[in-house]
Order: sequence, then structure tokens, then C-alpha cells
Amino acid sequence: MTDDDHVYLSLAENSPEGDARWAFGTGFEDPLHGVDPALPPGVDAAALAARCLALGDDALVAAQRLAEWVTRAPELEEEVALANIGLDLLGQARLLLSRAGRAEGAGRTEDDLAYFRGPAEFRNVLLAELPNGDFAECVARLLLFSSWRLAVLQRLAGDEDPVLAAIASKGVQELTYHRDHAAQWTVRLGDGTEESRQRMLRALDELWPYLGELFAEEPEVRDEVECALRQVLAAAELPVPTVTPSASTVAASTVAVELGGGRRGRHSEHLAPLLEELQSVARSDPEATW
Amino acid sequence: MVNAAVSDPPAGVEARAREVAASVADPELPMLTLADLGVLRDVSVSADGAAVSVGLTPTYSGCPAVAEMRAALDGALRAAGFAEVEVRTVLSPPWTTDWITAEGRAKLAAHGIAPPGPAPVRASGPVPLTLSPVRAVVVCPRCGSADTEETSRFSATACTALRRCRACREPFDQVKEL
Repeated sequence: MTDDDHVYLSLAENSPEGDARWAFGTGFEDPLHGVDPALPPGVDAAALAARCLALGDDALVAAQRLAEWVTRAPELEEEVALANIGLDLLGQARLLLSRAGRAEGAGRTEDDLAYFRGPAEFRNVLLAELPNGDFAECVARLLLFSSWRLAVLQRLAGDEDPVLAAIASKGVQELTYHRDHAAQWTVRLGDGTEESRQRMLRALDELWPYLGELFAEEPEVRDEVECALRQVLAAAELPVPTVTPSASTVAASTVAVELGGGRRGRHSEHLAPLLEELQSVARSDPEATW
Repeated sequence: MVNAAVSDPPAGVEARAREVAASVADPELPMLTLADLGVLRDVSVSADGAAVSVGLTPTYSGCPAVAEMRAALDGALRAAGFAEVEVRTVLSPPWTTDWITAEGRAKLAAHGIAPPGPAPVRASGPVPLTLSPVRAVVVCPRCGSADTEETSRFSATACTALRRCRACREPFDQVKEL
């Protein structure tokens, strides 16, 4: 039936091109479509699923915080930069959550994992979920997060699961650029005006303790990440914060949250509202494919 | 498809499928074909000549153009008479800007976009930091001057940076090295 008078009906009608005129809803929603899903013999499927889920959740939550900068960044170019960095992380999240679903073997897709889990089921580090502060905090968080994630993914590029290894190899290219972006802003703000320097100092003091949860998770990258951070701070003429990264709790929220709790589903009060916004549209129509 | 494993598709069919897939335009840089961009990894056709399978690699993990590329490949190959089209994701080895062909680079420059220099070499060990804007020579695609500067590390897409030519004063995009 054709109804040219109604724009929505004409959109829904059958077209001679078939669904090829649509970018979405064409059965291409799986970012790992066509990738051999088999796990190599000897790979611990549950451990692989947990690893992919944790790294996917880090990326998804960090991407959502970066997206919140759109329309709020200090200049248009920076807004575009933060959105693009978020987009890279969102892409990594899609691939990792898809892989997590396959390894888990319970039939959950990336959408099931992104949209239909509650806060206690998320495994992201607390650093990723903290609310956005000023631009210096944005830069400091991106510097810590991307320095750590770059080192982690670089190691995973040699993982025994070829799919995780390939996702990590691609991520290394992207994270290198993200870390450089944050590092260059750290230098610019630290070595800028008195105001920008003070803000950068405050942001680093505030976020430095979160290195504790990152290193607790991935102790083998500690030296490498600290070395890179010291190099950036030296170039920015900023002191290394004296707050010890091994502090067991931080004031992540009104209630002190246990550092490292994110990987066990123990989150600050800030994750639930973030997820509520992220998941609201999908949950309003659970049968839809996005 | 009984003899799929032992027989080849009719002569010329695979070459035609390859040609159709290769000529699909990139949705974000439409002066380039997918072949110019270097994202087509393989094209094969079933023994009966009806089904085509295309390997496509993403430029960036989150590149939104990938869904468009898949849809465009599907549409073009169906229009060319293939009843079944499968577009597979190929993740390894990861795409780098070195996969952009010489012809692709020439087309970018002709359309006012500076092509990328050589992709960074990945040595083993920690990835080195770049603490100041790169001083690499990027030639202005408009006037040919090498006196250009970076104005933003990200432009309209993840794959481009924004630069300005000090000689002709024009801003331009550069496909950044990945």
C-alpha cells in the first residue's frame, strides 16, 4: 500500500531498493559480523568474557562522559575533539561487548549488555564514571585513563584470543592519539596562566588517587604508565601529586567508595543517573534493534 | 551449491563483483572509492555465481561510516545481480593510513584534502609520547606551500585534522596518519 501523503508511512513502505537504502536496520548491527567467533583451544571463556566486559564497560562509560561535553567545551574545536575521542571509545566498547557476549555463550548481544544491565552489573573503573568537572578535570581524567588503557591494550594486542588481540591492536592506534591530546593540553594548561595552572594542579590532585584502582587491576603496567605521566608533568612544569595512589578509599561521592570496587559492581552514586540517560530510549522499546 | 568446494564461479563473475565493490564510494570522503581507501580486504563469489562475500576492515573502531559502507556495498552488489551479499568484518591486521592507495592520495589532494604521510612505525616497547604539535611537513593542497600549521588535532571526522596554510592563508583538512 502506498500513502504518499503521510511521510512516516511512505518511509515504512517497501522500496524497490529493499533495505539497502537504510544504513541501520539492515541486519548489519553486529560489529563482529563475519569474524570467526570460535575460541582457541585452552582459552578460559569465562575469564575472556569478564575481561572484555570490564574493558568494554570502561570505554562505554567514558564515552558517555565525553559526549556530555558536546555543547559545553571551551571551544568548538575541542568539542569536536572530545566527541571524536568518545566515538573511538564507543567503537571499542561495541566490539568488546560483542566479544564478551560471544565468550559468555548465553546469547547476549552488545545491546543487551549496554542497555539492559543495571549499575551493579557494570564493571567499569570508578575513574570513568565520575561526573565531569571543569575542563582541567576533563584533561586530567583523559590523561590518566588513556595512559593506562593504552598500556593495557598494548599488552592485549598479543592475547591468545585473536579477536581480543585484534580489537586491542586497533585500540592502541586510537589511544595513542587520545593520550597525546590529553598530554598536550596538560602541558598547555600547566604551563599556561596562573588560573589554568591552579586548575590543572587541583584536577590532578583530585584524580591521582584513582590510579590506585587502575594499577590494582593491571599491576604490570604501573611502571610504564607512571613513567609516561611523569614525563608529561615535567613538560607541564607541574609537580607529581603527593597523594599516594595506593589509598584504599576516595571521596568519589558523598559516601566514600572503595577503590577498585567498580570491577566488582560496587559503584559511586554517579553511575546510575549516567546509565539511566544512556539506556532510557532502548528501554522504552526493548524489542527495537539499534 | 553442492559442488561449492570444488568448482569455481563462472568466468569473469568474481572479477565483476570485485569491480562493483571496489567502485563503491566512501560515504565521508566521496571522492574516494572503498578500494582507494584500502578498506576492502577480499571479494569472493560462490560456485553458482549468486552469492558474494566481501571482507571490509574499519578505519577507526567507532567509525560511523562503516554501517553506510556495508549498506552501500550490499545495495551495489544486489543491483549488479548478486542475489546474496555478505559483508564480513575483518579486524586483523588493523587498517592504517598506509592502506590508502596512490590514486586515493592524488584524489584527496585534488579535492583540497592533504593526504597522510607515512603511518607511525610501531616499535616494541612503550608507545612514545608526542608532547607538542607535530612538525611534519604537510603541503597545502591548494597552493603547494609547505608552510602550514596544525590548528586542530580533530576536524569534522575522526580521520582528519585541521590545518592552515601560512602562504595562501586557507584552512584545509588533512587525513592524519594512523
